[in-house]
Order: sequence, then structure tokens, then C-alpha cells
Amino acid sequence: MNFNIIVLIKQVPDTRNVGKDAMKSDGTVNRTALPAIFNPEDLNALEMALRIKEQIPNTVVTAITMGPVRAADILREALYRGADKAVLVTDKKFAGSDTLATSYILSLAIKKIGRVNLVIGGRQAIDGDTAQVGPQVAEKLNIPQITYAEEVVKVTNDNIQIKRRLERGVELVEVAYPCLITVHSSAPPCRFKNAKKVMKYKKYYTVSEQQNENMNCISILDRVIEEWNASDMNANMEMLGLSGSPTKVKKIDNIVLVQKDNKLLTASEYDIALLMEDLSNNHLLGK
Amino acid sequence: MNNFYTDNPALKFQLSHPLMEKIVVLKERNYRDREKYEDAPENFEDAIDNYDKVLEIVGEIAAELLAVYAEEVDKTGTKMVNNEIIYAKGTQKSHEAMKDAGLYGMSLPRQYDGLNFPYIPYVMAAEMVSRGDTAFANIWGLQDCAETLLEFASDEIKQEFLPKIHKGATCSMDLTEPDAGSDLQSVQLKSTWDENANCWRLNGVKRFITNGDADIKLVLARSEEGTLDGRGLSYFVYDRKHRAISIRRIENKLGIKGSPTAELVFNNAPAQLVGERRLGLIKYVMSLMNGARLGVAAQAVGLSEAAYREAYTYAFQRMQFGKTVAQFPQVYEMLANIRAKTDASRALLYETTRFVDIYKSYSMIAQERPLTPDEKNEMKYYQKYADIYTPLLKLFATEYCNQNCYDALQIHGGSGYMKDYPIERMYRDARITNIYEGTSQMQVVAAIKGVGSGLFLSKIKEYETIEINPEFHDLHNKLISMTVQYEITVAKAIEWGSSSEEYDFNARRMVEMAGNIIMGYLLLIDTCRCVDFKKSATIFIACAQAENSRSADFIKSFNSKLLELFKV
Repeated sequence: MNFNIIVLIKQVPDTRNVGKDAMKSDGTVNRTALPAIFNPEDLNALEMALRIKEQIPNTVVTAITMGPVRAADILREALYRGADKAVLVTDKKFAGSDTLATSYILSLAIKKIGRVNLVIGGRQAIDGDTAQVGPQVAEKLNIPQITYAEEVVKVTNDNIQIKRRLERGVELVEVAYPCLITVHSSAPPCRFKNAKKVMKYKKYYTVSEQQNENMNCISILDRVIEEWNASDMNANMEMLGLSGSPTKVKKIDNIVLVQKDNKLLTASEYDIALLMEDLSNNHLLGK
Repeated sequence: MNNFYTDNPALKFQLSHPLMEKIVVLKERNYRDREKYEDAPENFEDAIDNYDKVLEIVGEIAAELLAVYAEEVDKTGTKMVNNEIIYAKGTQKSHEAMKDAGLYGMSLPRQYDGLNFPYIPYVMAAEMVSRGDTAFANIWGLQDCAETLLEFASDEIKQEFLPKIHKGATCSMDLTEPDAGSDLQSVQLKSTWDENANCWRLNGVKRFITNGDADIKLVLARSEEGTLDGRGLSYFVYDRKHRAISIRRIENKLGIKGSPTAELVFNNAPAQLVGERRLGLIKYVMSLMNGARLGVAAQAVGLSEAAYREAYTYAFQRMQFGKTVAQFPQVYEMLANIRAKTDASRALLYETTRFVDIYKSYSMIAQERPLTPDEKNEMKYYQKYADIYTPLLKLFATEYCNQNCYDALQIHGGSGYMKDYPIERMYRDARITNIYEGTSQMQVVAAIKGVGSGLFLSKIKEYETIEINPEFHDLHNKLISMTVQYEITVAKAIEWGSSSEEYDFNARRMVEMAGNIIMGYLLLIDTCRCVDFKKSATIFIACAQAENSRSADFIKSFNSKLLELFKV
């Protein structure tokens, strides 16, 4: 029997090097101005899955993403780096989904795959930074979750030991399958793409991509990335998109960080006491 | 994410060369693998797209891993533990990453798990690897040893050894001995047939062996007892699993410290004969060396590129007298010259590689079916130029690499002499390139044949007829007058007789004159395809013209009396 690992991945705008036009005047992210990339911590998650695959025979790593058709780019990238299969979950009805609706959709996709041993995702995506989707998927699947995973300490066919990176140290936990893991950026970086896999999987497209006339596609039936929509997964339409999303954005403020005046302090007792007072008044230090 | 492929458009430019389609069609045998292998290209555009995508992986690994570890690798070097050579940690990581990315066996056929890439993208990869870590370029780059196995070994040997390359087996070419360096005819390592074990046995010493503890070794040994010259030497392959070699020591070198250079003692080491007896040096090692020289040239060009970028960054950061040092004429002259020489040697690198690509593909096709007369002629044509361009390339690319690293360090001033900046390591690494795989002096000995036979001139005349954009006619005219000057100079030298000492003494000058014209043309032709090269072409041709005039003047007034004075 196969050991099934699902890796949840997301295509995100590269918010790490933002220029002036990164935000629109209404305060939303200007996605066209930023290149679309593989969410960084999802790459750490993929690497963790691939390392587990190296230790457990007959492991199948399936990458799933929810997003528009162009998100198939990161599915191909996951295949280039070693994933065995990829599924695009896409539907216009998904537009406007918050973390609750998203986790609902992803949990349906995971259920559709069937028996799953491990679900692994990045801790959070660099566009929303909520870190909610992973835990919510675990709740919906009713399986245990390990967040902030940094390292797989030990893995067997029955359970897994994970080192978690926490604010004030590390924690070692062990859990039986099935379970969900969200991976921290301090976990090992993802391996590079493999030359042969790139040359092979670059020809794999989703059905929607193949239907796109503009695509110079060498269409061979078995070279397909799976693509599921809402009805493929028997979704409750009320729980998708805006109607399934209780989160309402009230207001967005643009915050411009300004450098304040410098303060010169000596190493004298008096100056240090002054600095301590300042820091605790600013809540940078707890009393 | 840094990437040495995407940050350097001069590389991708090579994929658009007009000869590329022929190169790909020949290498892919008209795309016959497309039904059998999912990673095989369907057509020319698909193949180019494959190279582009794979080179992007190489560029990323070179920038994000090799270049990052290079300093640590240089500091740690390699060590010997229990008769095994242990690479620096960074080298091990780089090796693993290149292996996992499927970048070993790049040019081997798919049946041996290779990528079946032509030399052009392979050499581009080699250039980037060297730009990242010049020492690692040896460990990764010795995969081209496999080419001689592919070309000359029996099917059994190919089946046994070639698939190992893709899995990350490293290679070495064991040629040099304490008394056989440039003069390989003096190789003494003894090979005797062992009837009982049904294999050859190697006994003796090899010295200065790059990557001495490799998994697969190609060894030049004397199989014919009583012989004294190259005709008694044969070519063998040895598998490290036999553990029949003791490593006497690892050399303590000036540079490329991440690449172990070892002295080895062969203790009755079992080995298999590659190809036919007695053809070891004459045929197989010559072929091996030509491949290796191309590899060292790629290494040198990659290192030149790295040095240029270090110098450029520093020159625009360092403030003196209220401005950046890049604004001072003596400094920007050095910078522009490094750029021009790097571009010129790169142009020669890929021109040579194209010749090698075409003739090597034909020679492999000839093993499958007889070539048509036209194909035979074409193969001969490209082989002829590949053979004569290779030493010319090795000479220029490695000498320029040294000059470039020298100037790039100079631009750094005192800081360049410190270990705080990578240029100090690059300067040391550069120094080997014009020594190993044949010193520059040996390259001149090989390349002078292209002067005497008129081969360089005939190629120059071919370049002369290529249509040049009228905008660049002044450059073209300069090259035409340089050619006239070259012909007059060579005619004068030939009067001494091409086997005279006077002729030999001036060989390098003549070879360099030819090389300057050739590189000038290549840059000019490149400029017509992409105007980005205009600056380098103009600067290079201006400097080359002055240099050629100096050599022409020297030869014009040279005589045997002067020659006598040079003798020590």
C-alpha cells in the first residue's frame, strides 16, 4: 500500500521585494505588479515531504493548489522538484474565499484523494500571512496538527517525530498518522529542480490550459495535471467564495515607516536606566 | 534568487547562433528519441527550450550554492583519511546538489541515463560552475572523461561505467607521472595481462592527478614491454571499488584547493583495456585532452566573468578623492579591458565548441551507419577546425583569465591582496588554468600548425566574406588590414623555414596575431546579431590592432643574431 503525502502549496505575489506600485489605491495587493511565485514556506513543506519519501518506500507525494489556472505553474514546479502528482483545484466559484472557505475546499480535495497519511503545508503564505489554512484543514479533516515544524527527527510507517520551532525554544512531538504538519521557514530549503523532470513535466498541462488556444501545446492525453472544480468535489456551494467567507475586511491602512531622531546614549548607569525605561514604556521589554 | 544564467544574457545568446539547429539535429539524430523518452525533445524549439530551462537550474545552483561555499571550500581544502580523499563540506554539498538535479552525464546518450545535450549547453554549464567555484569545476567537469568511453570503449565497458556518471560517479584522467608531464610519451606505469584474473594489472606511480580518488579512472599505461615511445601506450579504465591504489599524498597547491591533486601508487590494480592496444596516447588521450582543454577554457572564461563582476562591484563602491574609483581613466580602462577580453574569449570558446559539436556528432553517427560523402566532407571540415581552434582557445582563454584576475585584483587595491574579498582566491585559482591540460607553451606548439598550414588564414578569409552591417565597416576594415599585416609577417617568418628556431621563437607572436584577428571577427559578427557586443568589439579590435603591429614590428626586425642573445 502506498504511503500518501499531500503537500498544500500556493502561488503568491512576491511580496518580499515590493516597489512603489505593490499596493493599489484601495489598499489591496496589486498582483499584476508582482511576480507570481511558489510560496516560500510551501517549498520547505515540499522538501520535508520529499525527505520523508526518501525514508518510506512506496511514498506518493501529491501537490495540491487552489487557485486560478495559471497556478498550474507552481504545480509543474513541484513536479520538477520531485512531487509525483499534482492537482489543481480551480473554479470561479472559489473567488473571494477567505481562510475558512479555502480550508473547506482543500479538505474536500484531500478527501477526494482518499486515504492520506500526511498533509504538509507551509506555515503561512506571504500574501495573507494568516497561518490559518493549515490548522483549519486539520480541524475539518479531524486529524491532529503539528505547526511550526522545523525538522523530521524520526519517521516510521506508523508515526513521525517532529521538532517544532517555537518562540522560546524547540519542542519535540510525536504523532501517529494521519496528521497535518505546517512547516516553518527555518526547515531545510527545498532541493533544486531536476533536469530530466523539468524536460518531462514542462509538457504536462491542466485541461483548462490545453483548451486555451493560445497555448503551443503538444497535447498528449496522458500528460495531464489533474484539475478539479467545485462539483468534482461535491462542494456545498454556500461554503465557497464570498458566501462561505465570514471574514470581512473593514479597512486597510497604508503604514509608512519613518525613521525617528537618533538618541545617543553612553554606557553610564543613568543612560542605561533611561533606555530600559524607554523600552518598557514602548512595550519592547516586558516588566 | 541569484542566477548565473539569467544574469548573463551573453550565454543565452549562444543558443540563438545560426549553426545551433544543425548541432541539435545531429545530436538528436533528427529527434528519434521523442517516442521513447518523455524528456527527449520533439523538435528544435523544444530542444532549445530544454537547454534554456536546464541551464537556469545550473545557474541557480552555481549562484546559490557553489559561489556561497567557494570561500569555505578554499579555506578547508581536501584531506586524506584512511587512504581516501575527503572533499570539503561545501564541495560535498555542491556535488550532491548537482547529482540530485540530474546534471552529471549531461552530454551522454539517454540510454546511459544522460541528457544527450550537445557540447554548447554543456560548456555553458561548465562556465557557470566555474564562475561559482573554479575548484569544483574540476570535480563536476571531469564527467567529460565519459566521452572517450562512449567513443572508444566496448559495449560491455559502456554498460558497466556510463550509467554510473548520472548517479554522480566522478572521474579522473591519470596521465602525468613524475617524469612524464608535457612529454607523455615517457609514461612508465606498467600494464600487464593477468591470464588468471582475465584482466590487466596496473603497477606504478601517477602524479598531479586531479580528483585523484575518483570513482572511475582513465589511465594511460605502458602495455607493450620494451617500447619507449607513445606507440607502446594503451588506455585503461579502473573502478575505485577495487581499492588497489594507495594515495601517497595530496599536493599543497596555490589555488583550486577544493580540487584534490594526488600522487598515486597503483598496486597491481585491475583494469580493463579501452579500445585497441597501442592507441592509448596517439588516439584516445589526444581526444580526451581536446575535450579537457575545452573544459579548462570554459573554466577560464567562467572565472574571468566572476573576476569582472567582483572588480565592477568594487570599482563602483570604493570612493577615493570624492568619487568612485571606476571614474578614473586608469581604472575604467582595466575594467573595460577585462570585459572585452572576457567577451572575446567567450566568443572563441563557443565557436570552437560548435566545431567540436558537429564533428563529434558525425563521428558518433559514423558508428551507426556510413556517412554520405557530403557528411564526410563536413565532418572533416569541422574536425580540422576543432583541432586547431582548441589549442588557440586554451591559450587565449587561460592567459586572459590570468590577466583579468590580475587586473581585477589591482582594481581592489590593497583590499584585493587580503583574504577579505573573493578576488584573492580567484587570482590564485586562475594561475593553474594556463598550466594544466597542456601549458600555454604547449598550446602554441599545437596552434602554430594552424599558422603554417594556412588554416587560420582560410577561416579568417571565410569570416571576411560574411556580410557585415555597414555601421561597423570601420571595424571590418581594421580586421582586413590586420589580416594583410598577418600574411606579410607569416611570409617573412616562413623564410626562416618552419622548422627553424627563429620560427619557433616567434610562434607565439604569430599564433596570437591570428587569434586576435579571429576573436575580432567573432566579436564583430556577434555585434551584428546583438549590438550589446559593440563596445567590447570596438575596444578589443583597437587593442588587438596595436598588439599585432607590435608583434609584426618585432618579427620584421628579428634576426638570428638577436635570437642568439636570448639564449641563456
